[in-house]
Amino acid sequence: MNVKKYLSKATIHFLIIVYIVFLLFPLVWVVSSSLKSTPEIYSGSPTILPQQITFDHYISVIEGQQVFLTMWNSVIVGIVSTILVLLIAVPSAYAMVRYKSIINSGILGWILVSQIFPVILVMIPLYVLLRYMGLTDSLVGLTLIYVVWSLPFVLWMMHGYVKSIPIELEEAAVIDGANRAQVIFKVLMPLLLPAIGASALFAFISAWNEFFFAFVLMKSPALATLQVELARYTGMEGQARTGPLAAASVIATIPSIILFVFMRKWLTTGLVSGALKG
Amino acid sequence: MDFIKKKKHTLYSKKEIGQIQLLFPVILLVSVFSLFPLLRGIYLGFTDYRLGDAISFNGFDNYAQLFNDEYFWDSFKIGMIWTFIVTALQVSLGLGLALLLNNKIKFVALYTVLILIPWATPPIIRGILWRQMYEPNAGAVNILLTDLGLITAPINWLTSFEYVIPAVIVAGVWGEISKAAIFLLAGLQTISNDLYEASKIDGAGLWDQFWHITLPVLKPVLAAIVSLTFMWNFNTFGIIWVLTQGGPGGMTRLPMLAAYEEGFRYGYIGYAAAIGNVMVIILSLMLFMYIRVQLRERKES
Repeated sequence: MNVKKYLSKATIHFLIIVYIVFLLFPLVWVVSSSLKSTPEIYSGSPTILPQQITFDHYISVIEGQQVFLTMWNSVIVGIVSTILVLLIAVPSAYAMVRYKSIINSGILGWILVSQIFPVILVMIPLYVLLRYMGLTDSLVGLTLIYVVWSLPFVLWMMHGYVKSIPIELEEAAVIDGANRAQVIFKVLMPLLLPAIGASALFAFISAWNEFFFAFVLMKSPALATLQVELARYTGMEGQARTGPLAAASVIATIPSIILFVFMRKWLTTGLVSGALKG
Repeated sequence: MDFIKKKKHTLYSKKEIGQIQLLFPVILLVSVFSLFPLLRGIYLGFTDYRLGDAISFNGFDNYAQLFNDEYFWDSFKIGMIWTFIVTALQVSLGLGLALLLNNKIKFVALYTVLILIPWATPPIIRGILWRQMYEPNAGAVNILLTDLGLITAPINWLTSFEYVIPAVIVAGVWGEISKAAIFLLAGLQTISNDLYEASKIDGAGLWDQFWHITLPVLKPVLAAIVSLTFMWNFNTFGIIWVLTQGGPGGMTRLPMLAAYEEGFRYGYIGYAAAIGNVMVIILSLMLFMYIRVQLRERKES
């Protein structure tokens, strides 16, 4: 709908900017706090922008090391789970599209049904299972959970993308004498690369942002993820903590924002096309 | 759905064992870490299991106990209030934003990137941002309201019985508007402009167009967003945990927080699983009713 014909351009810009001010203000406020000195934060009449910029809080976060240690844990778990989920999902999506059988409907049906169940119901027996396997409070266990956690959506996305590739392309390659491996690596991979990129970003961000599983599973401070570490700070947030916590939050948010901006083109494709077809 | 449609192609005409091999990891992982835990979770809801103890089936005892559990009813009530209000605000504000962004005006690309930012912010950080906004003495909210002359003494938003619910709702909606807006914008972009041109010739106004073209065409996307956000919001944990840990006095103890505390703080695994089961039933009922209304409307029109 073109609102433009009824509202002036200026009004549209104005309304969008009202939204943006609301949506960005909390972040601006915290970025600003992270750059203010502690006395300025509690001066009684703080301003939106810092009167004097100081990097003390960032320095104290970096020197404290714990934030960087946990950030490193998050990066490792994120990258490993992303690679694993792609190794599993890409061939599976291909198999599901090209060889049609009852298993496919089973898997796709499961992906949808599993969305209804609250995490707590999965978490309880999973915790018991992982404890039995000795994988609670272990980055291996957490990585495994994140693979299973992002698998349904990645599989759903990849399934859609593989389906959009005409089978005639592959048949033509076979007629030209290509074997199965060549069909996959020379014909399919180049076409699927953007979809794989989008899935990778999605899987990484899911792991980076996830809190509940990590919170329940990871008990040693040295093995915590960044989200767990930051949540722990809020429990004991005193006056002096506002600045460092603001700085740590800014550091933790930057990777997510960068990755989101990269994958925004693909964010909607899966859900919207799914909704329109279903 | 179209994946069931059968297509005969020469290259893949014969069934190959390859499919099972390729699907094996998915089937294994899903069975062991998703299907099994879920079924097991449902079962544990009918036991009195505590971590380390033997499991014994106790039928509907947990549910009888839940029925008389005041804390559970409070948590259920606040869960419903939270889910309905956050979903309604998120979808309607998101739709408004999507309609504004769906115009050929300058800076739309820049606006879209800026709007993504709250969505990109992890739930825990959203909680931290709003804790700092609501900070009684140095938070932006109190300073702003004092400057505007709306309040005279600072309000302790997150510990006040009166204000805590609106305060957490604002924080919750803030982080979720972008998601709804971006999905709805993608839906809006599928609507052909010819429809609007034609209706304009027929003399339709802005409201007519919205009501008779945009809404009906957008309905499948809107229905998907409403159901998904409803489920996600009903299962909220992280942001509330950081903002209030369920306080003050359990006023913001959403069902997920209640289940977490029963299961992992006090060790009543069976009871926590029972809360999980009740949540599944409630969500399924809600979705069922919603889908029925949707289908009936589709039939009528």
